[in-house]
Amino acid sequence: MAVLNEEQRMLRDAAEAWVRDRAPVTALRALRQGTPAPGHDPALYAEMAEMGWTGILAGEDHGGSDLGLLTMGIVAEQLGRHLVTSPLVSSGVGAVSALRLGGAPVLADEWLPAIVEGRAVLALAIDEGPRHDPAAPGLTAAREGGGWRLSGAKRPVINGLAAHAFLVSAATPDGVALFLVDAGAPGLTIAPLKEIDVRGAALCHFDGVMVAEDARLSTPGLLDGVLDRVRAVVAAEMLGTAAQAFDTTLDYLKTRMQFGQIIGRFQALQHRAAALYGELELTRSAVEAALAALDDAAPDAASLVSVAKALAGDLVRRMGAEMIQLHGGIGMTDEHDAGLYLKRGRVLDMSYGDVAFHRERYALLNGY
Amino acid sequence: MASGFREEAAGWLAANFPPALAFKNPQPYLTDGGYADADADFCLWLRRIADKGWGAVTWPVIYGGAGLTVAHERIIGEEMARIGAFNPNRSYGMMMLGPTLLEFASEEQKLRFLPPIARGEARWCQGFSEPGAGSDLASLQTKCVDQGDHWLVNGQKIWTSGANHAHWCFCLVRTDTTRKQGGISFLLIDMATPGVEARPITLISGTTHFCEVFLTDVKVPKENMVGALNGGWTVGKRLLQFERDSLAGNRAEATPLTELARHYVGTDGQGRIANSDLRARLIRNGIRAQAYSHTVRRAGAETKAGLKTIAVSALKNLGAEVSQERADLIVEIMGNAGLGWEGQGFTAEEIEATRAWLHSRAFSIYGGSHEIQNNITAKQTLGLLDHQ
Ligand SMILES: Cc1cc2nc3c(=O)[nH]c(=O)nc-3n(C[C@H](O)[C@H](O)[C@H](O)COP(=O)(O)OP(=O)(O)OC[C@H]3O[C@@H](n4cnc5c(N)ncnc54)[C@H](O)[C@@H]3O)c2cc1C
Repeated sequence: MAVLNEEQRMLRDAAEAWVRDRAPVTALRALRQGTPAPGHDPALYAEMAEMGWTGILAGEDHGGSDLGLLTMGIVAEQLGRHLVTSPLVSSGVGAVSALRLGGAPVLADEWLPAIVEGRAVLALAIDEGPRHDPAAPGLTAAREGGGWRLSGAKRPVINGLAAHAFLVSAATPDGVALFLVDAGAPGLTIAPLKEIDVRGAALCHFDGVMVAEDARLSTPGLLDGVLDRVRAVVAAEMLGTAAQAFDTTLDYLKTRMQFGQIIGRFQALQHRAAALYGELELTRSAVEAALAALDDAAPDAASLVSVAKALAGDLVRRMGAEMIQLHGGIGMTDEHDAGLYLKRGRVLDMSYGDVAFHRERYALLNGY
Repeated sequence: MASGFREEAAGWLAANFPPALAFKNPQPYLTDGGYADADADFCLWLRRIADKGWGAVTWPVIYGGAGLTVAHERIIGEEMARIGAFNPNRSYGMMMLGPTLLEFASEEQKLRFLPPIARGEARWCQGFSEPGAGSDLASLQTKCVDQGDHWLVNGQKIWTSGANHAHWCFCLVRTDTTRKQGGISFLLIDMATPGVEARPITLISGTTHFCEVFLTDVKVPKENMVGALNGGWTVGKRLLQFERDSLAGNRAEATPLTELARHYVGTDGQGRIANSDLRARLIRNGIRAQAYSHTVRRAGAETKAGLKTIAVSALKNLGAEVSQERADLIVEIMGNAGLGWEGQGFTAEEIEATRAWLHSRAFSIYGGSHEIQNNITAKQTLGLLDHQ
């Protein structure tokens, strides 16, 4: 991030050191070997909560620090660098934002302290089909008795295997709303999805799940507001993933010898590295602008979020492919980390709207 | 020749191609010997093709071929494509080693090694790359010493595709340490020889396509050297050309992605693929894929007519780009459904597409990387010299 204040610099350095020591890529490899549930290491998540990261977006009355999205982006970038997998974005960004913006103070008082302390993990249940289409959920909520009956399915629910509760988007007679559903609710079944990357993804069936009237969060623009916060932080995470893929590749260009010299001496590769460097810088500015715009409640925040997510998606996918290409044969092996960066990049791009979704959204928002 | 042969080919294929294999992806059979052996339909198909002599259509009959022309071969290929059949004998031996032996081997070697390749009975792997010798292949170090009545080989090969299922390996080895290219020889090694050990390496796609091959005091009969002592670089370079030829041509035909996109992305009111950005990129890939097929066909026709044609290095890169982009687009079209690794929640086609995308990253690495192909095109075709 460009011009950080003292506090943000310290946080970045702390996050960098913690990830290096506690959650390097070998931690992801260990998770890959394990059984599906819960898709992250609860001990590491407890440490993240201990350091205050789960409360960066929460208000002080709920135990948070209210430092804002730019600060959250600093942490996310460092996590992205070493492919840390955790529910921080789902719970600490998605759920915290929903509870703060959702106009349901009782729910907020009940859940925010637990989320901030890391005791509770909440997951966003938004996507249903192959493509991100949050405006038109097939899952319905119908009034019944004094509450709501939810029917439909959600997939992939990121961190769904770890969640204590879900924030579920549903079509209601008054438009799309979010509902807070306990993981143990009768009629809710949660099945693991085994994906190319580890993120505790689940397929959730809501078979007439009943929730109370006050489990509904419904304020104007709520879903977009929540999703844009998540998207901007994911873009920061992607930036970190791409930046590390670049750094690792650059190191390789400076050490791998062929034809009696380091391969970084070949101009063809120098130009590739220089071009990727430029793309990284371009994306960094966009990510920062999006985070700052959300913090400032700027009117063009949504458009800036789509700019950032589209650029970061392009970048992280291209960087993953280049990381493999510039490593040659070794990059194609499972033992090397390049494939993990390629897979993470693909999964993050697809999360909360891929490049195609955000280009289209940018076009619509800007009259193309 | 003409129409009579086409009818004969169509008739024979209809009677002999096992319908269970129709429109199946041939790739796993060709790259994974274990998978091929376990499939009775595939084994039957390979045996029938071999008995017919069509495992090596253009090779002379004495070497196990059918002694026919390239035109016959093309007709057989077209008739196969029409019914969803595929050539079961597109092996490394067939595509790379066979044509090389036809040019460089002694008569004795041809009679010994070619017929089992033509019949698809001998599986070969390519022992060229080493940990320190990839793009700079001529820096290879695997040592081969003359022990009077045999060669003694010590060293390590890497990225050797199919070595864990191969019967034989064609290797480049160092027979003179004082000269770079001029100290390399071309050797045929029986994988069952004591001292040969192939350790599979898992790819990012989860399959074990290639191996590390350790060669420790491996004794190789003197008659297994192809070409002259220290003359192996010429033989190996020719083989790499055959490899590039086969890689350049085999990505030509691909069905459009419109149906898939309609299914996963949906359409707007006028029947257009719903997302304008994805649609634009699909259109671009469709156009390039079609032009690429025409380029492959034109190159074939020009070669046949003895004319100068597009540089094979450029062709290989174009093919790799078009197919990598396609594999990437397929996963993008599938969206969340394209993120599956295994298990429930994904169809077999979705998992296969995801893994094929991961594997496709190798198209621009093997057979000489994208960058090396561009170097070759720039220097040999365009006359541009190094800046140094
Ligand atoms: C799936 C797969 C199957 C394979 N099968 C076989 C096989 O069966 N047998 C076999 O012998 N080998 C096989 N290979 C190895 C393949 O031929 C090598 O990986 C390839 O030649 C590159 O060598 P390298 O991996 O050592 O990369 P390096 O040569 O180290 O290259 C690293 C990067 O530097 C670039 N580079 C190198 N030199 C230059 C230059 N002069 N100018 C510009 N850029 C340069 C490369 O393009 C690449 O991007 C296979 C590889 C793969 C991925």
